[in-house]
Amino acid sequence: MSVINLAAHEMAAKLNDGSLTSVELTNAHYDQIAQVDEAVHAFLYLDKEGALEQAAAIDAKRAQGESLAPFAGVPLALKDVLTQKGIPTTCGSKMLEGWRPPYDATVVTRLKEAGIVILGKTNMDEFAMGSSTENSAYGPTHNPWDLDRIPGGSGGGSAASLAAFEAPLAIGTDTGGSIRQPAAVTGTVGVKPTYGGVSRYGLVAFSSSLDQAGPCARTVLDAAMLHEVIAGHDPKDSTSINAPVPQVVKAAKKLDVKGMKIGVVKELQGDGFQRGVLDRFHDGLDALIAAGAEIVEVSCPTFDYALAAYYLIAPSECSSNLARFDSMRYGIRIGDDGNRGAEEVMNLTRHEGFGPEVKRRIILGTYALSSGYYDAYYGSAQKVRTLVMRDFNAAFEKADVLVSPSAPTTAFKIGEQVDDPLAMYLNDIATIPVNMAGIGGMSLPCGLATEDGLPVGFQIMSPAMKDDLMYQVGGTLEAALLSKWGAPILSQAPELAGSK
Amino acid sequence: MAAISREDVAHLAALARITMNEAELDHLAKEMAVILDAVARVQEVSGEDVPPTSHPIPVNNVYRDDVVLPSLTPSEALSGAPAQEDGRFKVPQILGEE
Repeated sequence: MSVINLAAHEMAAKLNDGSLTSVELTNAHYDQIAQVDEAVHAFLYLDKEGALEQAAAIDAKRAQGESLAPFAGVPLALKDVLTQKGIPTTCGSKMLEGWRPPYDATVVTRLKEAGIVILGKTNMDEFAMGSSTENSAYGPTHNPWDLDRIPGGSGGGSAASLAAFEAPLAIGTDTGGSIRQPAAVTGTVGVKPTYGGVSRYGLVAFSSSLDQAGPCARTVLDAAMLHEVIAGHDPKDSTSINAPVPQVVKAAKKLDVKGMKIGVVKELQGDGFQRGVLDRFHDGLDALIAAGAEIVEVSCPTFDYALAAYYLIAPSECSSNLARFDSMRYGIRIGDDGNRGAEEVMNLTRHEGFGPEVKRRIILGTYALSSGYYDAYYGSAQKVRTLVMRDFNAAFEKADVLVSPSAPTTAFKIGEQVDDPLAMYLNDIATIPVNMAGIGGMSLPCGLATEDGLPVGFQIMSPAMKDDLMYQVGGTLEAALLSKWGAPILSQAPELAGSK
Repeated sequence: MAAISREDVAHLAALARITMNEAELDHLAKEMAVILDAVARVQEVSGEDVPPTSHPIPVNNVYRDDVVLPSLTPSEALSGAPAQEDGRFKVPQILGEE
């Protein structure tokens, strides 16, 4: 076993005891990237020089006996929707080709302060709109479990980089499931913190009332440790919650769920959910029962309307947010021949710069917000949002956390759903309610579907600002399944050229 | 089926400042009809008695003390501009010639 197969906290332990340097660890990951990323295409940009410089600086500090943060010197892959000063940030769009932001996102500032080494930027669906990473203007990412299949989306690059051992940690963003669904289909761990738990400053906005950055990793403890690095109040984000960060690392280490009530959401199973997904989900429930948890069934009837409401709210907010791409201050400019006026240049630039899914959502949002349709579409969707929150509130009266499969199916084939937007949207059916209510959600692997041998994700949802509860349940479930399997799930992934 | 014509899409595209060719308009009009049909079901449960929610947490205006903090230099702010001149964003003509 190579050092890149370790969990991030195990790598950190080796750095701390002096048996490994950050430069060695960082180089080992770039070697793996060189071997496998041509096939996986998780990365859009690699900052090898900057990363090695940072790794060497951390090694020097450690050699001098400086006290360092827990993940100092551990590498990370950053979703290309967060700004990193001087590093190309495209959001998977042609619109921002070549743009180098002049400032760091708060998440990036905190990663740097913690000494985490940023390897590069990961591929994603354009402006985070999609569930397969096929909407990237720079070509799809391939699932390391089967290169003909999608790695989920929009954060398919971040999830695939973990599953392919190109990085031990990654950052994702989750507007309707873009951290959790990729985690589910790649056999990795992904967490959407409570809305407002992590600053959105420097996160290129898609749908501001839903967007949330969060940690991606291969273990629950790694995700928790990364969560504590990036979370916490930020005056630069007016929706950032000014309250102590839930103690998620402590919770992830508890490994005890005795007496906890776990609510199974009736509406998030059954029709539309693949057989093997439901079987593995029930294995997860059995493991939690064996660990002493009590399972209760809860009903959230308005979840059936959440998907429809989401595909009005998110496009509406996106049609407004993406108005900033006007070819005047940043990004590409098309057709400025000295004769055309600003509006025509703007129209041509947006035609060239945006891909089909982004255009579809901007048009849908423009429709939903237009006078005469506003009440029937956007207004009604906002009412559904209220009903979804009420359902969650009632369910959390009966249970400490709620659970469901993270996604209705395992990874599908690249190209399979690309011409059917409605089929594509259904991939987010289990993850969207969490974003609507602004609560916390986690996906962790619960096994492989019998029919296709692909990973299945188990979703845990916790009330707002009680993110520690999902980590407590997730950590316990992970430990129980690991003792049953004998090895982490990724050890069952097929070997990529050069890996292991 | 929601009624949305090719002309409706052309109008929306103009509002959204996106040039669209004939093929795109035809394709999008068909897709929009299907998508709108699917999302219109929000109207089944959106009664008069249900208040709308725009945001998951209560949002209030946030104030801070009026102190000068580090910010972007003019050259940093202009660094991503497609065109610039004399420390300003250079844009195509906005007003008519006459």
